[in-house]
Amino acid sequence: MKKITKLGAVSALSLIIGATAAFAEDIKIAFIDPLSGPFASTGTNGLHQFEHAVDFMVNDEGGVLDGQTMEVVGFDNKISPKESLIQLQVAIDQGIRYIVQGNSSGVANALTEAIDKHNRRNPDSRVLFLNYAAVDPALTNDKCNFWHFRFDANADIKMDALTDVIAADDSIKKVYIIGQDYSFGKAVSAAANKMLGEKSPDMEIVGDELHPIGKVKDFTPYARKVVASGADAVITGNWGSDMLGLGKSIIENGFEGPIYTYYAAGSGMTAAFGDSAKDRIRLISQGAINPIGSDRARDAYNSFLERHPDGNIDQSRIYNTIGMLAEAIKEAGTADDVVAVASALESMEYESMWGGKLFMRPQDHQLIQDMHIGVHTDEDIEFPYDSSTFGVKTESTIEMASMDSPTTCEMKRP
Amino acid sequence: MELILVNLIDGLVTGLLLFMLSAGLTLIFSMMGVLNFAHASFYMLGAYFAYSISLAVGFWMGLLIAPLIVGLLGAGVERYGLRRVHQYGHVPELIFTFGLALLIEELVQFIWGKNQMPYDVPDVLNFTAFAIAGNSIPAYKIFMIFISVSIFIGLLYILTKTRVGMIIQAALSYPRTVEALGHNVPLIFMGVFGVGTALAGVAGVIAGPVLGTFPGMAFVLGSIVFVTIVIGGLGSLWGALVASLLIGWITTFAKSYNIAMSDILNGIGISTPENMSEHPLRDLWTVTSPQIADILPYILMVLILIFRPAGLFGKRES
Repeated sequence: MKKITKLGAVSALSLIIGATAAFAEDIKIAFIDPLSGPFASTGTNGLHQFEHAVDFMVNDEGGVLDGQTMEVVGFDNKISPKESLIQLQVAIDQGIRYIVQGNSSGVANALTEAIDKHNRRNPDSRVLFLNYAAVDPALTNDKCNFWHFRFDANADIKMDALTDVIAADDSIKKVYIIGQDYSFGKAVSAAANKMLGEKSPDMEIVGDELHPIGKVKDFTPYARKVVASGADAVITGNWGSDMLGLGKSIIENGFEGPIYTYYAAGSGMTAAFGDSAKDRIRLISQGAINPIGSDRARDAYNSFLERHPDGNIDQSRIYNTIGMLAEAIKEAGTADDVVAVASALESMEYESMWGGKLFMRPQDHQLIQDMHIGVHTDEDIEFPYDSSTFGVKTESTIEMASMDSPTTCEMKRP
Repeated sequence: MELILVNLIDGLVTGLLLFMLSAGLTLIFSMMGVLNFAHASFYMLGAYFAYSISLAVGFWMGLLIAPLIVGLLGAGVERYGLRRVHQYGHVPELIFTFGLALLIEELVQFIWGKNQMPYDVPDVLNFTAFAIAGNSIPAYKIFMIFISVSIFIGLLYILTKTRVGMIIQAALSYPRTVEALGHNVPLIFMGVFGVGTALAGVAGVIAGPVLGTFPGMAFVLGSIVFVTIVIGGLGSLWGALVASLLIGWITTFAKSYNIAMSDILNGIGISTPENMSEHPLRDLWTVTSPQIADILPYILMVLILIFRPAGLFGKRES
């Protein structure tokens, strides 16, 4: 009898130990983005922000559930969809349940399809796809699925907010649209044309132009056309060196009005624009940095700077992604059952430390959030970019932008 | 009318910048018979060096020192790299410069990172020189024209009026004879290579603030430099100048005016097909001049090669 009790006690103990060992295992998040090649700096900066976000928001707070910590594992996809699918398989084989990715909608499209297929075929090792930056509207429309959540506003939502501000500005009567000659540049142009036409029919679009992507040496001739058209404002979706070249050229060659952009800050661009673009460049983004949304966000930014003195938090949605994931895991009571976690994420309302409410729209898994339009300046800047004195200061905010925007998503739930 | 004048000035700036790059390359090419694929990389190095120097001692010292360092580096590459590879023939030389270009790009990314550098126009020149019908011409552009023209005149003077120039010109065509006369031909080669890369460095120093200083800057300009020297004719300074200006103006005007191909085709009497969306030549009909502006120099090069294989001012016939 005594023996049996002993045996029972030992086995019970070992079970408990075994269970806690299983519980104490980290929640791993696979970060699949470019860590080498021409877009490596964007990817690496994103990884740094993710690593800091899990430490600051989860691990330093004692973890989730029974003290489980989170860990971000970097996978280099060289910004290739094919490579991403290989890395996805590696991540799944390592038992990772959460995939984050953002650079290039082409990659996101490949991943969301592959994940949908994988989850249907392997109900035991399902994964969730948390998209923090790929803004192709199709991902939450025709190509939506239950496993994909987008934490950035899509290109249409951003243009909707941008055109709200442009339409409300009485001094803007003529607009020039210019962009890179590929799908995103065309999407920006189409959305701008459509939305400006609806919101402000008497506004004149004096130029609508696409230039070869990454090949233009000197933007002066384009800048001349912008000036000659008599435009009051310019809209562009350009990024990288195309953004800097176009912006600098337009300003240097005598254009006086504002330039409305998506990606004209950070990655060296803010420092390179410097004084020349002061009060000229306007940027649409979620998450305000100047003024900062809360004391907690201030702490977050300062502790990030301690770790990466030359870095920028230019994707504050990464913190929302981690915050909401942690919240969903707590609500579901498990990190292993991703269906429960996804159900908790759906229609979650979350208070962002960057200010404003977030709402994960259940119909299409598109996060609805405040959109901010900021201006490039060195006044009232608490957190500048690129170790310069310049940063982006919020000028106007559109609350819960495009809350009721239509979606063609028909989601099948497991 | 005013816009034409503005475009002439813009094209002149682009062309002269191209000239500074191609002048060095054309000399090196005609001497060694080797396309230096790394030439545009020296241009990039010029911009990066000047940026780093300008942080410490200002733009003007950068303009002075950076090309010097680039020139020394170039001379070193010739002395310790190309000269050794040379004995194995032209193909290894070509591969050597190709590898060098990749190496320099990786090095630049390693040292300065992949971001854009905040290399800016100096404050003294940061104003509008004058405006033509609302189009401002920045003072910096006038400065660029001034520098390029002085370099052209200087080079022309050295090559045609001085003893050094005569030896160089002779060494271009008859290296063995020049050597037999007691001149140190390898040293001349090293000097020309150094000066050529230093010229590319100058171009980088003054182009960096306007065209952007980033790891891809060499790649963007790389091929157009070769086109320039082929059009101009190998080894000819005048050829390099004329070809550079031609390319500068052609691309600037093509980008400035939205000339549609359909207008041209209509103009020569071909009528637009009615159902465009199904037409096999749809892309040809809808193309506009800004879209093809950057390939016009290549078309020009092909035409030149067909009708005048030695280039506009090329002398060497083999």
